[in-house]
Amino acid sequence: MNLSVSIGKLKLKNPVLVASGTFGYGEEFSEFYDLGRIGGVMMKGISLKPREGNPPPRVYETPCGMLNAIGLQNVGLNKFIKEKLPFIRQFDTAAIANVLGNTPAEYVRISRQLDEAGVDAIELNVSCPNVKKGGIAFCADPRTLGRLVGKVREAVRNAVLIVKLSPNVTDIRSVARAAEEGGADAVSLINTLTGMAIDARTRRPVLANVTGGLSGPAIKPIALRMVHEVCKEVKIPVIGMGGIATGLDAVEFMLAGATAVAVGTANFVSPGAAPAVVDGIEEFMRAEGLEDVSELIGGLLIDNPDH
Amino acid sequence: MPAASGHRTASMSARSFRAALTGNFEVSPGYRLLSLRPEGSPPAPKPGQFYMVASGPGPEPLLKRPFCYFDSTGDGDLSMLYKVQGKGTRMLAAMPDGVILDVLGPLGNSYPMPKKGQRPIIVAGGIGIASVMPLIKKFGPEARVVFGARSQEDMVMRREVSGFLCELHGCTDDGTLGLQGTVVDMLHELAPEDDSLIYACGPKPMTRAVVEYAAQKRLKGYASLEEYMACGIGACMGCVVMTKKGYRRVCKEGPVFKLEDLI
Repeated sequence: MNLSVSIGKLKLKNPVLVASGTFGYGEEFSEFYDLGRIGGVMMKGISLKPREGNPPPRVYETPCGMLNAIGLQNVGLNKFIKEKLPFIRQFDTAAIANVLGNTPAEYVRISRQLDEAGVDAIELNVSCPNVKKGGIAFCADPRTLGRLVGKVREAVRNAVLIVKLSPNVTDIRSVARAAEEGGADAVSLINTLTGMAIDARTRRPVLANVTGGLSGPAIKPIALRMVHEVCKEVKIPVIGMGGIATGLDAVEFMLAGATAVAVGTANFVSPGAAPAVVDGIEEFMRAEGLEDVSELIGGLLIDNPDH
Repeated sequence: MPAASGHRTASMSARSFRAALTGNFEVSPGYRLLSLRPEGSPPAPKPGQFYMVASGPGPEPLLKRPFCYFDSTGDGDLSMLYKVQGKGTRMLAAMPDGVILDVLGPLGNSYPMPKKGQRPIIVAGGIGIASVMPLIKKFGPEARVVFGARSQEDMVMRREVSGFLCELHGCTDDGTLGLQGTVVDMLHELAPEDDSLIYACGPKPMTRAVVEYAAQKRLKGYASLEEYMACGIGACMGCVVMTKKGYRRVCKEGPVFKLEDLI
């Protein structure tokens, strides 16, 4: 049975990645399983300088999901290259860095250094809802995004370039198209949906940041719809994510057109969630008599002729 | 790409296990004692460590809830004392014997033991007793315990506490048991000597007051903290607290912190 897929020139041993921000830099999870069992690790977002993040409370459970407003607390570029990248390199899995800049020049600088440091792929975080500068601001306007991606593209020679898209936009298809035209090798979606929780008794928002990003099974139907739409719009591979917790969830995203998937919030529910998704895909393939996982990609059948 | 490092998988799943519920009874209105019988043999817990426990066998609620290690028996059964206050604990409260729950643990750091000549003084506020109970059990008659609660019925497991022959000083906000006042009022009354070592666990205002008291009196000690948690293993960065050294994760650098590092 073949589980490997390709994102641009990056070959993944299986289509299961873990989503940025749900897996740290892999250290904690390596105590639970060999990270070589998953296709790749999308590591916690990296900024030029270390970031402290938002005040607590930062997380809160909501029906079938959770809100987070971490605010991209991270070790900064230098420490990432010195300590975190060598750690993940011990494992036979793709090392994917997630990049957050305050300005286009910062995105370029961080991406260039990570490319030179030898990461397998760079995921541009233009969709974090929880930081004031950078993040979502670059995803709001397709033209701005296209220019940003173009500049990063020129600076990155070896690493595969992925752009992570926000669902908090009017039309995700036009943003995806802008990323493709800017030279991205792939797009990943969806990031979290902006949400909020209120404590009626204290009359205050639960999260110190007031709003946060909603993730988990609650957002899966939205993620599937957006992956389906984007896959019809662009030719580059799509990495689907949003509420994936089982092999069957992953298969659904691949049928919608995703070439690979990422497990996010499920990592918090159970540290072994991602390898369990790999096992689940294999089980589905066995049951369906499939030899190659790529047979699933875009295999969605729609009987209604209007679609 | 280098080859997979097989040795890293040696401890795989060591801290992730399933456990059968063997007890879940109310010890005081709104407070329950959960007993679990782990499958396999997870590592033995140390005082101050915690477990992430699923609230039920199904997918909802999504996240496990953190509970302090309260007690264990020789044959590996674990117990955790909890307060029913949200969706997760309400669901857990309804779980009958025999239910199998997913558990992670033991997690986090633990209370360092006193050095020679240091005399422990344990300060518990309400459900905070859950975290310091293993210390009370360990220190026995050596321990002085200041136990504060809103009211008599929130002073849970007080008979069990006195059963360990410690010197127990109770106080309540409403005066229904012991001194009417806070644990810090009680500390002022007891005026612990300079070689005392504080072990505190309670609600945030109590911890802040104890931190302030310890700084004033130049006493050393530790406090165990609580914060909303998603993963419990250090990955999500959700459970941080601001310390003098910056944000620290309650689940990983904690839950036990030096009083002098807290704000």
